[in-house]
Amino acid sequence: MIIEIEKLQLYYGEFQALKNVDLSIPERSVTAFIGPSGCGKSTLLRTLNRMNDSIPGVRIEGTVSIQGRDIYASDTEVEFLRKRVGMVFQQPNPFPKSIYDNVAYGPRLHGRTKKAELDELVEKSLRSASLWEEVKDVLKKSAWSLSGGQQQRLCIARALAVEPDILLMDESTSALDPISTTKIEELTRELCKQYTIVMVTHNMHQAARISDRTVFFLNGEVVEAADTQTLFSSPVDQRTEDYISGRFG
Amino acid sequence: MNIPTSNVQSSAESGAKPRERKQRHVAEEIRGKIYVYFCVLLMIVTIFSIVYFIASRGLAPFVSQGVALKDMLLGLKWKPEGEPPLFGALPFLFGSFATSLFAAIIAAPLAFCASIYMTEIMPKFGKTVLQPAIELLAGIPSVVYGFVGLSVIVPFLRDTFPGQGVGVLAGALVLSIMILPTITTIATDSLRSLPNGLKEGSYALGATRWQTISRIILPTTLPSLLTGVVLGIARAFGEALAVQMVIGNAPHIPHSLFESATTLTSIITLEMGNTTSGSLHNNALWSLALILLMMTFLFVFVVRMLERRVKR
Repeated sequence: MIIEIEKLQLYYGEFQALKNVDLSIPERSVTAFIGPSGCGKSTLLRTLNRMNDSIPGVRIEGTVSIQGRDIYASDTEVEFLRKRVGMVFQQPNPFPKSIYDNVAYGPRLHGRTKKAELDELVEKSLRSASLWEEVKDVLKKSAWSLSGGQQQRLCIARALAVEPDILLMDESTSALDPISTTKIEELTRELCKQYTIVMVTHNMHQAARISDRTVFFLNGEVVEAADTQTLFSSPVDQRTEDYISGRFG
Repeated sequence: MNIPTSNVQSSAESGAKPRERKQRHVAEEIRGKIYVYFCVLLMIVTIFSIVYFIASRGLAPFVSQGVALKDMLLGLKWKPEGEPPLFGALPFLFGSFATSLFAAIIAAPLAFCASIYMTEIMPKFGKTVLQPAIELLAGIPSVVYGFVGLSVIVPFLRDTFPGQGVGVLAGALVLSIMILPTITTIATDSLRSLPNGLKEGSYALGATRWQTISRIILPTTLPSLLTGVVLGIARAFGEALAVQMVIGNAPHIPHSLFESATTLTSIITLEMGNTTSGSLHNNALWSLALILLMMTFLFVFVVRMLERRVKR
């Protein structure tokens, strides 16, 4: 288990967004978080790379361990944590730089400056994100000239370039057209051979199609976590069944 | 004006009511249009009359009073009542450019730092305390700045550096404080309008706050930041009173920052009252005003260019 969450409570001021979450996430697999809006699935995802830190009034209790180390311990270096736990957002957010510089941004931050080394890393990352063939001749062009789907794959390449172990995807296909979505889903299946992927999706079919494990959230609680097939075919909890059969949400 | 006259629905139903309603809407529309067009027309007329007035007076020395444009732009001596009268305005041009550019060089880094502090580092404190303070700074009358410059900056310079204290540096320092709010406000707006996703994307890759500021935030907002600087320079260029109080008003090109100089605006305000309308001296001052106006147009043009770059 690469990620282990124990008795996690998260408060935004007075409001408790996560209640007593216990969850383990296995290595090299795709785990999908599903649930209605405001159920806490994105909040939990963002606690895994501490992106919630910057929100004023956030308070966290309990432990979140990644590779056996508590990431909320006082000696944790947040920058190093985020290098190991990459993130892809809902809206593609490439920097207003060239395609090459977008991918090289992360490695440069972490002190890799040799041109040959960067070239190699950029190519490898773009290949992993299955974007290399489309952009190899226009690496100097602005990233903003790409289509939405390409931009999102560029963001995946950018996240992979710092060589993380875990990749968090926060509804990463919800702003994309169906063809781009399919590409990113295929890519996700490919990437989980090397990386641990945790994704939030509002689309149950997507979770069923590409995840190995699915976690169902409701009102800040984990209702049920199981193998995707089990969860969708024979859910244990009545609320899970109601949600996946479309009775609410 | 194209007002659609055929309305399928109303003709089909052929009731009197829809037609009445439509007439009322048309009347309202016309009333609104008249009001808006009147305001726009008033503004255009005002601007054109100002430009026409300044140009007609300001061009007279060149057109009918025998002064060469070259002599004014490059001449070093300003003796409008002399024999023969000399109209060399280069020292004023130099003084105006030197003080306003120097003021921008001092103010821009301070303004950028202040706006980064207000948006990225302490947004709450920035919004509740710093921003109102800076807006207040913009509302202080320029005579107060001049007075503070005269009683604080000038004595300090006199005691610390060679010279009388009055001069280019004193003028630039006073101007830099005056244009600080302009640059800070524009810089803060542009930093605030930066999409949050860019910053998050940078942080998510393990960037520190400083790395995010220097590698993402500043490069992305640079054209808007420069817009602020140009508007600041424009304001400094046109400021008369405060500079005039501390610059020493000596019509020559200074050899150091601590020497007296003068600016276009200073010379206009100082001499305008002592000339008779229509005289060569008076018209020559209008020529200086025309130069100021042209500079303002140039600044506006530069700002437009920068804004176009932002959009791309």
